[in-house]
Amino acid sequence: MQYLLLIYSNESAAPDTASPQFTAGMKAYTDFTKEIKESKNLLGGNRLQSAATATTVRVRDGKTLLTDGPFAETAEQLGGYYLIEAANLDEALGIAARIPGAQWGTIEVRPVYPMQQSA
Amino acid sequence: MPSSLSEQVGRIYTDERDRILATLIGMLRDFDLAEEMMQEAFARALLQWSESGIPSKPRAWIVSAARYKAIDRLRRDAVFRAKFPDLQRTVERAGEAENPLVFETEETFPDFPDDRLRLIFTCCHPALATEAQVALTLRTLCGLTTEEIARAFLVPTQTMAQRLVRVKRKIAEAAIPYSVPPAETLAARLDAVLVTVYLIFTAGYTASSGEALIRTDLCGEAIRLGRLLVSLVPNQSEPAALLALMLFHDSRRATRTDVAGDIVLLEDQDRSQWNRASIEEGVEMLRSATTGEANGSRYVIEAQIAAIHATASRPQATDWARIAALYGELKRVAPSPVVDLNEAVALAMLRGPEAGLERLAELERSGRLAEYHLLPAAQARLLEKLGDRQSAVVHYRRAIALARNDPERRFLNARLAKVSSPSVFY
Repeated sequence: MQYLLLIYSNESAAPDTASPQFTAGMKAYTDFTKEIKESKNLLGGNRLQSAATATTVRVRDGKTLLTDGPFAETAEQLGGYYLIEAANLDEALGIAARIPGAQWGTIEVRPVYPMQQSA
Repeated sequence: MPSSLSEQVGRIYTDERDRILATLIGMLRDFDLAEEMMQEAFARALLQWSESGIPSKPRAWIVSAARYKAIDRLRRDAVFRAKFPDLQRTVERAGEAENPLVFETEETFPDFPDDRLRLIFTCCHPALATEAQVALTLRTLCGLTTEEIARAFLVPTQTMAQRLVRVKRKIAEAAIPYSVPPAETLAARLDAVLVTVYLIFTAGYTASSGEALIRTDLCGEAIRLGRLLVSLVPNQSEPAALLALMLFHDSRRATRTDVAGDIVLLEDQDRSQWNRASIEEGVEMLRSATTGEANGSRYVIEAQIAAIHATASRPQATDWARIAALYGELKRVAPSPVVDLNEAVALAMLRGPEAGLERLAELERSGRLAEYHLLPAAQARLLEKLGDRQSAVVHYRRAIALARNDPERRFLNARLAKVSSPSVFY
């Protein structure tokens, strides 16, 4: 089973990139990513640029509508994700709880829809 | 006269249904399919057993027949195959499609392991909403119909049906495992199971609205689940303590309301009518839960409090000092404003109404029980004892406005009428 782990946190409360907190957070992420790579759970993942850089796209009646900003204005913003392979939800939830951002933000765990393997 | 075959099959259904279903869910990995195949297997049993007689292992027979039916459908029906690709794979891996079970040699049926604990942990998985856990537990482990569950929780049948569809879909699509959790998470997961069972009990014990105060069915089902947990997880104290707690509450069922359906307070109940067998079983369960180290976990403490009430021969014999001390402990283990309220009442019994009112005033100032009718009701009762009838009236009125069901309102109105009546002296 594949699961997408969506990492949400409050961007405005994030530590400054020059602060020791930020460095510690980066190290925690590097260590965690290495761990789930070694345990063969990691399929992919990235940190995202801030929600302020987001653009939303909708096509209505053939016209493309662009909006500056994320899909929804929320207290916590999507800041990154991991795509993992796990035996079941319990394993996925266990991995999600180990994401450093779970300590201050929120992780949403979504099972990936299994597409039929076509030739 | 021996009972008829259909009666005997009916008894087997009642006794073995949840265990058969648990095994089939484990095999077929689908709640609805497992139930459908079980129904078909029972239908087939009625036909076949009328000729061959009831087999020596009826449960194993039903499980095997249901599995055979599923495999048979899998081989014949392409739509069915597409709908259950996991089942198809499982069967192929096991090589069972080539080797269907032979019904004539039922002695060779394996004794399928008891899968009910796996089923309980799946139904009460913390990734499922609480109301979904309750509904699924009642549907699968207790065999209540969707209509019955809907009626018990006062929601339309359609709503309950959708809730059950959604929860089964989440289990399948998010791959919630069908397993007993590993040792390191067992305690936390068991706690979620106990919360769900107790929720079923309390829903039965106090209807949240409407006319009936007690919905016996839910209490009975919760106690049955409690007994099942005690038998399946024998080395843990919490299931035994929860069962004891439910048994103590349930022992008073007949005396909690009078013939008119009105509430009778604990101190006014006819203690000779309390169910002795339930109390004795509760005492026994509590003893087994408290052997070993003196552990003060939530259900153990609550059961100890309930035991003091259940074993006091008359209200005056109640050990309020011990009860107040236990509420103090409970506050540390499982803090809640309702525990604070109960502790205040115990202190009032121990040291007098003023001591209780002081605590209740603190609680009122905190605003944490602003919607709870029992706070002003408790205040009214203590004010009444102090002879402050005017304040008591004010508090009874406040309690009546917050009461959740008709018996509570009737009870509080009766107290209000009594305290307002000038002919009664305190």
